[in-house]
Amino acid sequence: MIDLIILIALLALGYGFGQYAEKKHYTSIRKRELILRSVPVVASKIPPQGKPNYDSQLVSGSVVISVDYFKRFVAGLRGLFGGRITSYETLLDRARREAILRVKREAKDLGAEIVFNIKLETASIHKGRGNGIGSVEVLAYGTALIPN
Amino acid sequence: MIVSNLEIIPGKRIKTHFGLVQGSSVRAKHVGRDIMAGLKNIFGGELRGYTELLQESRQEAYDRMLDQAKAVGANAVLNVRFSTSSVAAGAAELFAYGTAVILE
Repeated sequence: MIDLIILIALLALGYGFGQYAEKKHYTSIRKRELILRSVPVVASKIPPQGKPNYDSQLVSGSVVISVDYFKRFVAGLRGLFGGRITSYETLLDRARREAILRVKREAKDLGAEIVFNIKLETASIHKGRGNGIGSVEVLAYGTALIPN
Repeated sequence: MIVSNLEIIPGKRIKTHFGLVQGSSVRAKHVGRDIMAGLKNIFGGELRGYTELLQESRQEAYDRMLDQAKAVGANAVLNVRFSTSSVAAGAAELFAYGTAVILE
């Protein structure tokens, strides 16, 4: 009985704080995406030719985000029936956008015009802990071209 | 030292290739951070402690790669890649590698 109460309490806490944190994070992501729109990030490998006056520098941004208890519970249920796990989709979406924003922030602070060859790397850092993914790390890196 | 994950640097020509340089670092997280992370696993949100930890160890891997590049006498590292792998529960290896070259 006590176990059940603890479980329900954890689910309620996870739902409340999780939803709040996600909403807040999305608001802040959208706001910063608007501000940093001036620094485009592209996946192209070939830098512009015939414009030799650029300095290039590696920029990177990373973030570790954890999913809340409620979502992990729901995802566990999904594992029984199959189908889309929306709770993890938003987790990864937030992590990627945040990592890219950090790359843009760093590039903008360096005075860069554009970031080339962006690579995204995802690692689950909860491997081997029994309960599958709980938190993911997303690393984004690319080459910033700084006009000199 | 120019470090880039492009294969060519605009306006520069590669004079000498030295081949692969690499650096890695294996880190485990400490207990205090683990407890905080355990709490965050209930509430959700960014685990700042882990973000910093991984950034520090990635920086170390990166510095080791640069040391190797300097040791062979390169002035640039091109086509840099990062990778992460978990070796054991609670420990991760951060790995950075690239091609050391002399640019002119």
